[in-house]
Amino acid sequence: MSVSPISNPTGFRRSLVLIAGLAVCGSLRTTPAAEPERPLPETVRFNRDIRPILSDNCFYCHGPDKNRREAELRLDTEAGLLGGEARKGVVRPGEPQAGELMKRVASADPDLKMPPPDSGKNLSERDLAMLRKWIEQGAKFEGHWAFRPVASIEKTPSETRVSSLSNSIDTLVGNARKANGLSKGKPADARTLLRRLHFDLTGLPPEPVEVEAFLTDSSPSAYEKKVDALLASPHFGERMAMWWLDLVRYADSVGYHGDQDVSVSPFRQYVIESFNAGKPFDVFTREQIAGDLADQPTLQQRIASGYNRLGMMSAEGGVQDREYLAKYIAERVRNVSGTWLGVTMGCAECHDHKFDPFTTRDFYRMEAFFADIKERGLYSGANSDGNWGPSVRVPTPEQQEKLNEFDRRIAETKTILNTATPELAEAQSRWEAALPRWTNLAPAEIVTDSGSAAKILEDLSVLVSGSVPVTDEYRLKFASLPAGVTAIRLEVLPDDSLPNKGPGRAGNGNFVLTEIVAERSNAEGGKSPVKFSNAFATFEQTGAVGKNPYGKWAVAAAIDGDEKGPGWGWAIMEKAGSAQSAIFLVDPAAKKQEAADWSIVLKQKHDNAGHTIGRFRISYATGSFEPGASPIVPAAIEAILAIEPGKRTGPQQDELAAYFRSFAPQLKATRDHLAEIEKARAELDKTVPRTLVTESVMPRMVRVLPRGNWMDESGEPVKPGFPSALKVSGFESADDRKLDRRDLAAWIVSKDHPLTARVFVNRIWKLLFGEAISRKVDDLGAQGSPPTHPELLDELAARFVESGWNVKGLIKSILMSETYRQSSQATQEVIEADPYNFWLARQGRFRLDAELVRDNALAISQLLVGRIGGPSVKPYQPPGYWAYLNFPTREWQADKGDSLYRRGLYTHWQRQYLHPSLLAFDAPSREECTADRARSNTPLQSLVLLNDPTYVEAARAFAELTIRNGGTTAADRIDFAFRRAVSRPARTQEIKILERLLETARAEYAAKPEMATALGKVGERAMPADIDASTLAAWTAVTRAILNLHETITRY
Amino acid sequence: MNFPESIARRSFLKRNGVALGAMALQSLIAGSSHSAGVSNGRRADGVLASLHYRPRAKRIIWLYMAGGMTHLETFDHKPTLAKLHGEPMPESFTKGQQIAQLQGQQLKCFGPQHAFRQWGQSGQSISEIWPQLASRCADDICIVRSLHTEAINHDPAHTFMNTGSMISGRPAMGSWLLYGLGAESENLPGFVVMVSTGKFGQKQPIAARQWHSGFLPGQYQGVEFRSTGDPVLYVRSPQGVSPTLQAGVVDSVKALNTVADESLHDPEIATRISQYELAFRMQTSVPELMDSRSEPEHIRKLYGAEPGDGSFASNCLAARRLAERGVRFIQLYHRDWDHHGAVKEHSAGTAREVDQGVAALLTDLKQRGMLEDTIVVFGSEFGRTPMAQGNGRDHHIAGFTMWFAGGGFTPGMSYGATDELGYRAVEKPVSVHDIHATLLHLMGIDHTRFSVKFQGLDARLTGVEPAEPVFDLIGGRKVSNESA
Repeated sequence: MSVSPISNPTGFRRSLVLIAGLAVCGSLRTTPAAEPERPLPETVRFNRDIRPILSDNCFYCHGPDKNRREAELRLDTEAGLLGGEARKGVVRPGEPQAGELMKRVASADPDLKMPPPDSGKNLSERDLAMLRKWIEQGAKFEGHWAFRPVASIEKTPSETRVSSLSNSIDTLVGNARKANGLSKGKPADARTLLRRLHFDLTGLPPEPVEVEAFLTDSSPSAYEKKVDALLASPHFGERMAMWWLDLVRYADSVGYHGDQDVSVSPFRQYVIESFNAGKPFDVFTREQIAGDLADQPTLQQRIASGYNRLGMMSAEGGVQDREYLAKYIAERVRNVSGTWLGVTMGCAECHDHKFDPFTTRDFYRMEAFFADIKERGLYSGANSDGNWGPSVRVPTPEQQEKLNEFDRRIAETKTILNTATPELAEAQSRWEAALPRWTNLAPAEIVTDSGSAAKILEDLSVLVSGSVPVTDEYRLKFASLPAGVTAIRLEVLPDDSLPNKGPGRAGNGNFVLTEIVAERSNAEGGKSPVKFSNAFATFEQTGAVGKNPYGKWAVAAAIDGDEKGPGWGWAIMEKAGSAQSAIFLVDPAAKKQEAADWSIVLKQKHDNAGHTIGRFRISYATGSFEPGASPIVPAAIEAILAIEPGKRTGPQQDELAAYFRSFAPQLKATRDHLAEIEKARAELDKTVPRTLVTESVMPRMVRVLPRGNWMDESGEPVKPGFPSALKVSGFESADDRKLDRRDLAAWIVSKDHPLTARVFVNRIWKLLFGEAISRKVDDLGAQGSPPTHPELLDELAARFVESGWNVKGLIKSILMSETYRQSSQATQEVIEADPYNFWLARQGRFRLDAELVRDNALAISQLLVGRIGGPSVKPYQPPGYWAYLNFPTREWQADKGDSLYRRGLYTHWQRQYLHPSLLAFDAPSREECTADRARSNTPLQSLVLLNDPTYVEAARAFAELTIRNGGTTAADRIDFAFRRAVSRPARTQEIKILERLLETARAEYAAKPEMATALGKVGERAMPADIDASTLAAWTAVTRAILNLHETITRY
Repeated sequence: MNFPESIARRSFLKRNGVALGAMALQSLIAGSSHSAGVSNGRRADGVLASLHYRPRAKRIIWLYMAGGMTHLETFDHKPTLAKLHGEPMPESFTKGQQIAQLQGQQLKCFGPQHAFRQWGQSGQSISEIWPQLASRCADDICIVRSLHTEAINHDPAHTFMNTGSMISGRPAMGSWLLYGLGAESENLPGFVVMVSTGKFGQKQPIAARQWHSGFLPGQYQGVEFRSTGDPVLYVRSPQGVSPTLQAGVVDSVKALNTVADESLHDPEIATRISQYELAFRMQTSVPELMDSRSEPEHIRKLYGAEPGDGSFASNCLAARRLAERGVRFIQLYHRDWDHHGAVKEHSAGTAREVDQGVAALLTDLKQRGMLEDTIVVFGSEFGRTPMAQGNGRDHHIAGFTMWFAGGGFTPGMSYGATDELGYRAVEKPVSVHDIHATLLHLMGIDHTRFSVKFQGLDARLTGVEPAEPVFDLIGGRKVSNESA
């Protein structure tokens, strides 16, 4: 096992012969064979040279994990190596032969040898020589570089910050370059530099006119003006967001199991706008981790707090709540440590970290910061109702404007409805005069099916008692009701003798009236059924609806002749303990009846035992009912009506009048109008995007889970706290306080935090050079790689903090350096001397990221719709690609119009089935924090660029543009196309190659014009009427070739 | 990503001396850009150009019974469970155990719904719902009845079975193998996935993460071959572009890239050129491969596959064709085994969908002499409970069955056992990591020495917990431990 040259750059020199065209494959960063030839550095440094050897070979058993530690020996601490109070050291400075460490690692005896042969680990000759030299030179120990405080700096005045940092970059890079025998590379030519700047800052290529303008601008500030303009471009925020969204695992689907959609696009917009507005990184951090805990959080802060909710979620039946809550909260620790701290705390979920000083206790204390987040383990039902927990509405400005307009019209209409007029007053008194009056009835006879006792009380209500039967039926007889009965009322009344005070006899006070049947007997003894045409109730139960065909426990079920089943009926569970009533209207067609005796049967045949009525009263009315209005008069109105009109107070009169207006026929048109507006508003409201937010609740208990096992409850309960090994001033005794996410954010962006600023500037460096200063951007811990330029990394970090975490300032400082502006080309000698480009005698070169490959093609062909933000979009995707998604099954519906041509970062991000062309170019699924996208070069990428309709359509649009604007000769047009695609003129050779292709294509399409028509139908874009289809098709062959060039998708 | 030096060095030394420097240098210049480079039409080797052991197999065909095949109706006969049918499940079995949908319900024993018989010379005990497999191949397969796994829900359980970790982001086994061993085929990807869907189980989703390369570069990803639409995404030329013209475009791209390289000196360009060549070959080779009409009548009959029917049997036939062409890792999902209800009818139904195809595949591989160096893996992400869920069974992780054939597995063997109710693997329990270790071993790889640096760790397919090849399944340690 060895240390790769990536992590151990110093003095790496070899003489290699380049034989172009030979295969290299799959070798990745494997150790080059010639390694032993590498000389040792002049001065061996612990962090740079020794720690990686020990970490890789020894820390597993002699490192931070106390459970795995052998022989009580630590080799990651000064005391362990050099000796302390407890024991003597294993290294004796100056005496390489003496200490136990060298004896063991250099031993040939398998019983003594370290690492043990069965570990599969082995120190190379070079490792051994390195250790020897370090001990000879005095065995100086250094704490791990990334956990030590950032080196302090002299204050700089804000107006010279950018230039002074640029100078420092050049000085520090220059010194290291010189020390490695290299000199500064030549500056990049203006075309390449401008193209690089555009890709790095906006992810989009420069327009040819911009290139020409830049070439002819000879002013000394031409470059800086360009830098400033691009940093001010709204596309800057998009480019930065692409990178940030990988870290915070932004996606449009939940990831687990059914991978259903989740709405979080306002979060993406927040990120874009934050970068564009130059929001300081500390504020940006606080808002995401704890925006919801701000005093009176703004909508933006709440949206930002959605960060905590971007992890994966599950709606899979059979998921155990606790298991998934444990998964979600652990992922947050991985994410926050990956995104901000650049360390792999996730390892400590099951065991103390093997290489870095993080314990499992640290891990769960970190978890405890997130214990207040309102969430569910199993989002049961979310696959159909989309309820993934707390969210807010985020209308666009246009939507908000429309909503305001609706609200204005609603208020206006309501004013009309609320204004008293003499006409209405008159109508009201007519209504009151005609109101039905209820007359209570005492039954002449009561028979209960079950034999329960029934007693008539003073208020003419009936109280049932005795043992509660499973079902029951009350058969009541009433003597001589008058002619013209228009309605029967059933009141159910509470009583202290009933369970839960009734009015029902079920344990919870509920009942189910499954059917009411009435019959009249005329004088001759003939019987005729009474038909009820309609039924109303003061309340209908909506709980425990189950398969109820009415969707609630509706009173309508009591007059339906049991056609939907005998067990359904009227119930009132939520209002048990209170009086309720139901009114049954006699069919108007049968109203003109003589006076008669009535019988009324109350059936209570619900199959859940005991749901019978405990106390009730029957009354009748003879008045007329306002059509369309509910005969149920609220209790408060009933009370007012009972008072003589002359004796009512002012407020009582107003209340009654308002009640009347709520159904007054004179106002019907206005009410309908209001209903229409309200409906339209509700429909618009449904299209308003929502976004998940964090809602803080009482924190749940967090325990250390032994070996990460969520079922093991034996672990110690923990409170929020910071990893003890990371010393941050101001937070030494933080544990004495009760900490929350605000404290976590404050700790992360404390100016003395050793990691946050280093991690951030290191990653920004990678965005601008292709490789970072400490190359493993996802791990600055012991297993990471020591920075090639430690002073530079610290200087950048310190200046970044000093500037108030000014992201644009940091980037500008780097862009203004000569180091950035170098050419990415280099001489053979330089490449041989520094093949990995550690010492920056040249710039980096790399393929564009997945989203940008597509953005670039759309920009070149002028199809790109550059609008910023908004919900995710769906460009073309092969049919059937989602066939194996389920709950629910789905088919991708490509958008129409503009949405087909938006930038890649807006493409719907389906975690389980990411858009295949993004996937082919290494876009991550964003299931976890991704700090380091791979950059592969595969045949699937070629297939995408050749055959994906997006690129074919772009090529056709590009051909159209070329024919229209590229001049008349083929050579001129090809040159035009090259200037658009690669920002430079075409070479003679290139023109020849494409002229040949054009001739082939012309001949083909001339012979088969139907092929040209078919090509014209790829994508939604219409064929131009004024260009011959065969010509366009032939030129499309040319533009396809240009869009497929390596140079087109590469940033040099 | 570091690589154990012993392996890495050998892999370099294996190549000829002149090329050595150039190869190293090219990879260095490429920096972090990884290329499955190709030159002169030859596919690249993997990083393990020299293996730890003499390999017994060259490729794996993994028949993945997605949804959680019931072991109790298929390969693990439990007469005692039949006797206790309808009785409460003894609490000693279930106390403190993880349960999925049966949470909080009364647990009752549910007897096996199909009869078992002894088959073949070996007398393998297999249920009657596998007439073809059992009657023709019982002596070819090696049944392990003592599997256990860690995840009780489909999605993480698939991820665990394929990548050795429940946390997403790790490479699938096929990606590991491709990375380590490289591809043999010049015209096809080295890791191919196909999916069929049946008519009986709940159609549980399958995420593309199951064949993702995780932290390995994209060229190691599994490529899905589809039975409808384009057999590989974007493999067909655009409509209105003839093969000649497509070739013209690809040739022009190559010529232009070559011209540009004269001033750019970018080694990625050479890789890009070779990837276009491979892509263009795939445009022909993939549709040809997926078109089974060229197979003789008796072979089509053997599988019971109609061209283009999208069935599991068709995929089995395609798997054989892929194996013949040197594809390293072929995974066929059949998405039909989630039998929460009516496990009797549904397990019989799904077995019918699978039986003939799998028997044909084994027979066909055998008659071509390919079973020698091809491993066939058959199994699910987990098993199903001995307890009833209505008339079905719930997810179950404490004990289930997989079987293996070919490539060094002992034919006609039975190994390990669950307890008398089929609940827990009690005799010679085998973990998912043990299976991975065994398969790697047969491919010539020591799982402890096959790792990639990821987030500071030597990440392995078999994870950090102890795991070991199950030598009993592959003829013992001695035979297999010969170093290459």
